[in-house]
Amino acid sequence: MTERSIWLRQLGGVFRLELKKTFLSKRAWWIYLLALGPAGITTLHWFLEMTHPMGRHSLGDDVTAFAALFQIYYLHLGIFFGAMGVFSNLFRGEMLEKTLHYYFLTPMRRELLVAGKYLAGLTVALVLFVGSTVIAFLTIGRHFGAAYSEYVLHGPGLSQLGSYMLVAALACIGYGAVFLMCGLFFRNPMIPAAIVMVWENLNPFLPTLLKKISVIFYLKSLCPVEIPVPPPLSLLVVETNPTPAWIAVPGLLALAALILGYAAVSARTAEINYE
Amino acid sequence: MSGNLITFDDVSRFYGEVLGVNRVHLAIPPGVTSLVGPNGSGKTTLMNLMTGLIRPTQGSVRVLDVSPDHPEKLGSLIGYCAQFDSFPKGLTGYQFIYSFLRLHGMPHAECDQRTWASLERVNMTPAAARPIAAYSKGMRQRIKLAQATAHDPRVIVLDEPLNGLDPMARAETIALFGEWGAQGRHVIVSSHILHEVDRISDQVILLSHGYVVAEGQIQGVRSEVKDQPMQILVRCDRPHLLAARLFQQDHVVEARIHPDGKSLLLRTLDADSFYLLLNRVVLDAGLDVESVAPADDDVNSVYQYLIGGEGGTV
Repeated sequence: MTERSIWLRQLGGVFRLELKKTFLSKRAWWIYLLALGPAGITTLHWFLEMTHPMGRHSLGDDVTAFAALFQIYYLHLGIFFGAMGVFSNLFRGEMLEKTLHYYFLTPMRRELLVAGKYLAGLTVALVLFVGSTVIAFLTIGRHFGAAYSEYVLHGPGLSQLGSYMLVAALACIGYGAVFLMCGLFFRNPMIPAAIVMVWENLNPFLPTLLKKISVIFYLKSLCPVEIPVPPPLSLLVVETNPTPAWIAVPGLLALAALILGYAAVSARTAEINYE
Repeated sequence: MSGNLITFDDVSRFYGEVLGVNRVHLAIPPGVTSLVGPNGSGKTTLMNLMTGLIRPTQGSVRVLDVSPDHPEKLGSLIGYCAQFDSFPKGLTGYQFIYSFLRLHGMPHAECDQRTWASLERVNMTPAAARPIAAYSKGMRQRIKLAQATAHDPRVIVLDEPLNGLDPMARAETIALFGEWGAQGRHVIVSSHILHEVDRISDQVILLSHGYVVAEGQIQGVRSEVKDQPMQILVRCDRPHLLAARLFQQDHVVEARIHPDGKSLLLRTLDADSFYLLLNRVVLDAGLDVESVAPADDDVNSVYQYLIGGEGGTV
């Protein structure tokens, strides 16, 4: 048996165990609510607007509404807090439940443990938030019937959906790595999470250089539809050219890999302290 | 030789300003070794150090020549049944053992076979499919023991393993420890129940306030406690005669004849002189001696002499 096949078994073992714990956890109900809430609202919107076949607004309004929903809700709140709930619990939750030592006592490289836990958390986050994005996108204009199908299938809709899915996935990857590290290092991950949140939300108002030291800046650069900032906030916004996708995507992936690498190296010397 | 020992070389561990253990030098051979000491004496710290769950502030630990800094090597050598009564959520007994065996990199069939074997060993097979959350305290203790030993480790570390077990399960578990020790494994046990520790231990390590007070085979430890008179029980046909001769000796501080008139319990500061005297009495007076046995070379007595406190349990 090669070392590689042992590693794969160990990685698979952690992944399955974590997936079972994370996906079916009753205590994660609020994460399901965060993820599926907007999809529920857009589905409700579809049913309510069905009584007005030509709509009280245009298809373009719904496209902009979705862009706002995605950037304001999904990126700033839903995925941010959802990733916090899923990823910071991967280590901190085990510390609180006094079960991390079971992992630490196995003959497994700690780097693999970090990777396995991260992959399980990422799977949960992707299913919930990318899935929710798809449902919300497909239902928000559904009441336009054939016109919306035409927009999605033969217009810019499919490419926009692809971009939103990519951004949601990158958000899960980026915030996931950040919050996994917070859960490993901090007794109370809420404190670093609050700092990260303030920083990310201040992003539009920061100078160009500082804007680029964030996850949200690159995510917004990849969003297919811009949303107008209403006055008086628009006066405070510092306009910066969006980063091209060929920099933003690998940049975010590299940032996540760097953070995970640091977490993995730190996990090698981590101790069990349940006090 | 060090390849078969668990060694602590000048090991200290502090939790902030609180002392865990200090300046510990140990070389633990195979067999059953008991860690004995009151709460806060450093037993769990020693166990956590040898299993790599914590690191020494100073000094080094090696388990069969493997440093706990390498969990990927140590994990297959060691099995630790920790004191925490906590389990990953939502697992049955079978899933708990099987899932963590998978993390050893074993294939499914081997994990399955080992899981059933370890469940069988602790008589938990009938409860294998039930969620651990529905187990009694004793069952949880047994499933932890099964999980800690399922991968057949050479070093088994058990923190209060008898807690919550009924008398039958205790007896079976103690027999298991003896079996593992006889197989040449290291079995490190901490227990508050001294008379049970006494039954299962090849050697003891006495701890107090983070320091190793004594270590070794219990008789050897007892003989090193010079300031406490040794108790010896002699069963013979004329204990009165022996008592009269003994009272002429300076080293004998007490001699009590048992109400049955067939035995004498004495306390002496010099056991070797007593044995010489006994030989003389046997030769001179034709004393018929049935048995001579130390009465306080058990863990309980040594614990009281060196550390103090109530007997029986700590």
